[in-house]
Amino acid sequence: MNYSTKVMDHFANPRNVGEIENADGIGEVGNATCGDIMKIFLKVQDDIITDIKFKTFGCGAAIATSSMATEMVKGKSIDDALTLTNKAVVEALGGLPPAKVHCSVLAEEAIKTAIADYYRRNGIEHDLTIGCDGCCNACGHADKHLHNQ
Amino acid sequence: MDRIVYADNAATTSVSENVINAMMPCFTEYWGNPSSLYSGGRNAANIISGAREGIAGLLGCRPGEIYFTASGSEANNWALKGAARANQKKGRHIISQKTEHPAVLQALASLQKEGYEVTYLGVDRDGILTPGEVEAAIRPDTTLIAIMYANNEIGTIMPIKEIAAVAKAHKITMFTDAVQAIGSIPVNVTDLGVDMLSLSGHKIRAPKGIGLLYIKTGTRIQNLIDGGGQEKGKRGGTENTAYIAGLARAMEDAVEGIEDMERVKALRDRLAAEIIKIPHTRINGSMKYRLPGNLNVAFEGIEGESLVLLLDMAGISASTGSACSSASLEPSHVLLALGIPAEKAHGSLRLTLSRVNTEEDADYILEKLAPAVQRLREMSPLWNGLQ
Repeated sequence: MNYSTKVMDHFANPRNVGEIENADGIGEVGNATCGDIMKIFLKVQDDIITDIKFKTFGCGAAIATSSMATEMVKGKSIDDALTLTNKAVVEALGGLPPAKVHCSVLAEEAIKTAIADYYRRNGIEHDLTIGCDGCCNACGHADKHLHNQ
Repeated sequence: MDRIVYADNAATTSVSENVINAMMPCFTEYWGNPSSLYSGGRNAANIISGAREGIAGLLGCRPGEIYFTASGSEANNWALKGAARANQKKGRHIISQKTEHPAVLQALASLQKEGYEVTYLGVDRDGILTPGEVEAAIRPDTTLIAIMYANNEIGTIMPIKEIAAVAKAHKITMFTDAVQAIGSIPVNVTDLGVDMLSLSGHKIRAPKGIGLLYIKTGTRIQNLIDGGGQEKGKRGGTENTAYIAGLARAMEDAVEGIEDMERVKALRDRLAAEIIKIPHTRINGSMKYRLPGNLNVAFEGIEGESLVLLLDMAGISASTGSACSSASLEPSHVLLALGIPAEKAHGSLRLTLSRVNTEEDADYILEKLAPAVQRLREMSPLWNGLQ
């Protein structure tokens, strides 16, 4: 198992770790049985993600993708954040071993789930499907994401 | 990084200076083909027969019962496939158990595809199997029992002598994978009463690429590798003189140094006593029937691969049974067989010490481990719920 320098940097020095009190949106995906859980906390002001934090139970790649994904959407508009793909996270990290690509899927799903929660709290209609359970092949979106590679 | 601590001796070991010294003349001087008639070949053949005699003495068998292989995996495959196929007219049922090494489990899976039936016995929560459970699984068509001597992940030691007695009473071939046992606990094939036993060199400071299979005289077994008549026509391939000499030296040193494993056990016990003080931590597998250098613990709320990476950054080499460390995304089959839930198996850490490790190594592991666990727990969404 070889991680890129970028992955190791984000694993060793993860950005945006923690929780946000009175978050405007919270998303949690994955499950402990499969070995990955990501929880994302959002602070949103005027449709801009002003702050984002994460907590992750998982492997080095899970922590690194959480860190990278939060960094990529911080300060962005909600609409921009929704365009974040797992592929972009993988590329920003300089690649992931094939068995770890599902971690990037989880990161994308976690952010979308947190945004869906923000929409729900604010009564905003949306068509975001949420609910990745973290087991790669079980995720309803796995095909779409993994075939993007 | 203040220190380098290698605590993954069950994975592999470095080649010792003694072993290198034993091997070197085989590369520079005694490089002839041992099958050749001229002196260059005869000299190599003499080195091999000397090594075979030395190893036979250490294992308590006759030299002609030792067959060199290219790995422990080859020895396991040969023992299982060779004995099953040789006895297929008598029956096609094999008894094994769930925590075997993949080199046994996958070889058995191949035999199942050929039409053999395999009973995989479970183990108790300590990872142990009783001879009575083996006996209860015996059928009229059972021809082979394969139970490992010591487990590679949790170090648990099976009652092989008693299981072999059961096999003998029922006239069933008994095979044990002793790859992890050698050098840590006594391995004597006569005392154990087994028909076949596999070993690997690289766990005891010989190089990777050399192993052996003990086959008791009279045991029915087919060849796995056919070839030019080497190893009394049972295992083809020009003998690896240097590695055979290295294996013999490594085994001699390992068996000679076995008394020092008491010190290693004390080191391990000190680590265990301190590590268990970390909240929400458990030891996996029996502490009573266990290899002296093995410690396997599970930390709740974190994932093992992350922990191994953090420890590596601190200079400590260890391993994990976490799914995320494997391509299969399944947690360790050994930990699951103990009844440990998957979410806890993910947080497992294996530390395996050897005679090379020191008190200072243990101090260093203890200094770095708890903060690493704490750091990952603070990052984990599960931790708040556990506290």
